[in-house]
Amino acid sequence: MTSVDTDRTITLTVNGVPREATVPVRRLLSDALRHDLGLTGTHVGCEHGVCGACTVLVDGDPVRSCLLLAVQVDGHQVTTVEGLARDDHQGGQVLHPVQEAFRECHALQCGFCTPGFLTTIAAGLEKRDNAAELTEDEVDDMVGGNLCRCTGYANIKKAVHHANAAMRDGAR
Amino acid sequence: MTTKLFGEPVRRREDARLIVGKGRYLDDIGHQALAAAFVRSPHAHARITDIDVEPALDVEGLIAIYTYDDLTGPMAEPLPVLIPHPQLTEPRTNYPLARDVVRHVGEAVVMVIATDRYVAEDAAERILVSYEELPVVVGVDAAVEAKAAVHDDVPDNVAARHRQETGDVEPVLAASPHTLSFTQYIERSASMPMEGKGVHAKWDADDRSLRVYTSTQASTSVRAAVAAKLDLSLDRVEVIAPDVGGGFGVKIVHPWPEELLIPMAAIALQAEVKWAEDRREHFISSAHERQQRQDITVGYDDEGRITALDVHVLHDNGAYTPYGIIVPIITATQLVGPYVIPVYRVQVDSVYTNTVIVTPYRGAGRPQACYAMERTMDRIADELGLDRAVVRERNLIQPDQFPYDHQLTFQDGRPVIYDSGDYPGLVDKLKALVGWDEASRLRDDAAARGKHLGIGMALYVEGTGPGPYEGGHVQVLGSGKVLVSTGLTSQGQGHETAFAQIVASELGVPIEDVEVTTGDTRRFGYAVGTFASRAAVMSGNAIALAARGVREKALRIAADVLEVDVADLEIDEGLVQVKGVPGSSIPLRTVAVLSNPLRYAFDEAAKQATQFTTHDDSKPPVAEGDAPGLEHRDYYSPLRSTFASGAHAAIVEIDPATWEIEIVKYAVVHDCGNVVNPMIVEGQVQGGVAQGVGGALYERMVYDSDGQLTNASYMDFLMPYSSEVPDVVIDHQTTPSPLNPLGIKGAGEAGVIPGTAAIASAIEDAVGRRITSMPISPTELYDLVRNPDSEKTAVAAGRAGTGVMA
Repeated sequence: MTSVDTDRTITLTVNGVPREATVPVRRLLSDALRHDLGLTGTHVGCEHGVCGACTVLVDGDPVRSCLLLAVQVDGHQVTTVEGLARDDHQGGQVLHPVQEAFRECHALQCGFCTPGFLTTIAAGLEKRDNAAELTEDEVDDMVGGNLCRCTGYANIKKAVHHANAAMRDGAR
Repeated sequence: MTTKLFGEPVRRREDARLIVGKGRYLDDIGHQALAAAFVRSPHAHARITDIDVEPALDVEGLIAIYTYDDLTGPMAEPLPVLIPHPQLTEPRTNYPLARDVVRHVGEAVVMVIATDRYVAEDAAERILVSYEELPVVVGVDAAVEAKAAVHDDVPDNVAARHRQETGDVEPVLAASPHTLSFTQYIERSASMPMEGKGVHAKWDADDRSLRVYTSTQASTSVRAAVAAKLDLSLDRVEVIAPDVGGGFGVKIVHPWPEELLIPMAAIALQAEVKWAEDRREHFISSAHERQQRQDITVGYDDEGRITALDVHVLHDNGAYTPYGIIVPIITATQLVGPYVIPVYRVQVDSVYTNTVIVTPYRGAGRPQACYAMERTMDRIADELGLDRAVVRERNLIQPDQFPYDHQLTFQDGRPVIYDSGDYPGLVDKLKALVGWDEASRLRDDAAARGKHLGIGMALYVEGTGPGPYEGGHVQVLGSGKVLVSTGLTSQGQGHETAFAQIVASELGVPIEDVEVTTGDTRRFGYAVGTFASRAAVMSGNAIALAARGVREKALRIAADVLEVDVADLEIDEGLVQVKGVPGSSIPLRTVAVLSNPLRYAFDEAAKQATQFTTHDDSKPPVAEGDAPGLEHRDYYSPLRSTFASGAHAAIVEIDPATWEIEIVKYAVVHDCGNVVNPMIVEGQVQGGVAQGVGGALYERMVYDSDGQLTNASYMDFLMPYSSEVPDVVIDHQTTPSPLNPLGIKGAGEAGVIPGTAAIASAIEDAVGRRITSMPISPTELYDLVRNPDSEKTAVAAGRAGTGVMA
């Protein structure tokens, strides 16, 4: 068979946990996360990098996992939606403020695009000084690259403000 | 007293799993499953002359290849016409895999099964299908021209001529003080849920049973279809809709070819098989909607009151008609909107084209209907020099005219009789909300900034909650947990929350104790499906009735053991309580244990219940007409649909340098009767408006003359991002429905319906040129404005010399 079928073993850190996977070199990161590592929270909406549903964080930056090959993240840190919440060390989880905000603001309906929004917005909010006033331009930057067919986006934008306020007030 | 949760903005319970990545959508199921991929037609119309699978056979990991020749029995027959109609004289459906002829790009020809999707696609691309191309029909005008036929035996390309009339329209038109006639077009868009379709099937050889997961809006009907097509007894098939990533109509169609082929392969191969649709497949092989040509003639008097309306619609139904003429019927019957139309005649010719099938997309024929009626109102106002709101007000059905019988027959075969509403109230609220009377000042302000500003409004009435029925089951367990199920499915509308609110309120239990399951045939076998804004109306009421049944039984049992009259009892926070006598009570969970005379003391609840045990040797342990268990199943079957209503207004600003159209204000007044959860209803409206804006300004299916869909990707099909969706201001009005116990009307589709009409009106107002085709892009608007032959509105002529558009 051709070289596309050559398998490679990669090691990466996913949601803080070292993982190893043997994948064909052509395997998309989205498919490797979902099917090889069993992290199905990352969703595939278009497979051509437009909708953003598959967005994960690679070394803290949002990337479209359908536009990366799994072998490209060998040695890197990947955060998926499953890794946004933190362990509360009492057998439970502390949700990321953006996750709380999405629930509070009804920022999701079917929930399929939601993981991509959550990872993108979480990265955006973590990179800014939450005490500084959050401008609509910043919100548009965090929300504007992902497609949602259910909500009409208003409540997603509201959730960004809500999460920023929570982070300013000390959540995370 | 328990807080009544009905009507409260309760936070959604489904979110807990969805925000942490623990939703379970179709492709999240069955990691070990074999994968299917399809070879689909690259031609819009062609005869298959050869299928050569030989080159694929040495692909490592290939399991099986199926073509039409491998289909047997009912699978070798055309797919069902789900909803036959006497006026659908030429119904045609495709085969699960194409037989001889393909009639649109994307039609499935070969199914490949392999160890994973990558391998399946490797094999699929090696399969060589030879075609002899045939003439192609694209667009309604080409269809009626009939130079070529989509189906050989339908030479005029007309599948159906749907006609309704409420009187003799022609003499009334002839006698009308004024008449006007015009033609307008509306383009195709599509539901486009973020999750495409998908099917997973597993045959259990030991149990001789089939379990199918499918991303559907109608799991009970898929079950029946699978059983019939695969020659299985219904009891051997279970179908489950898992978390579904949006539907908006496209997933109500069933059975999709893949919903039959994947189970067929699972049985044949004795293996788990899965297919998850990719985005291109969704564009070219699922369904679209909306394309129509509308020829309208209206008669009216000097005041702008309509005397007669005559409408002829050409409706593009694509290559096949599996869903019958539901969309044409809805356009025909919902066109009349909130208005008194003394005489109405409508004919919708549903025509074949070599394009993807047309089945309901959120709104389902209503956006087109609203576009026809509301643009007619705009024309009358322009001709008479009247305010567009005034013309509408003069034609409205008044609050004292309900129930209002339009003398038409709706999609469910029942009369179009509006149950309740307050349409003048909607218009008053809308005018206040959008600032209708300040528009000319805004126009002047915008002109001073070099912008063209316009305002438009559109009203609609939406038949929601059609029958025939939905059911609900409520069961209280000895643990105190309350299990609720309904057969109808969910695609993000928050049914788990809304139905739990209804049960908590009806039964008097904490909402935390309530668990809701939808769309799982193992739990509830009878259902119709989620479409036509019917879930809250139909399943909501059925579940309320089931909860009332449980309550009645609980009170009867509790009255017996507490030795009081039923009328003296109430249920609050899961406790059956003698009114006004604190301490004299019994937990509902104990009543649940008592309801079953067989009580092995497995748990504390059963032990506690023994203290209440009564023995009456004169009766059998289960009394005649009674049943063990604290549960009740009930159905809601309405006499006819309920009719929700609303009014939208848009203010647009157009930049004459770029002809970019910006919606600077979008106002919604919405009336869906009593509201179960206002947060969810507002969410539905917001999302609907975004789709309405998409349909008005951005989304279209661009078929070339060869029948190739040239924008079959998210790169080229312009679905709105947040930057394209305006802020929406919403006001509510509540006229409860007298038809159902909860007084509710549907809300799911409302937001999308008037978008195209209101935005067309606003753009026309801004530029003073007649808008006759939607959606409209900046380029098209530019071409329209610079074309000296474009028709100017009378209002624009009146404004001559006063603004940039003179």
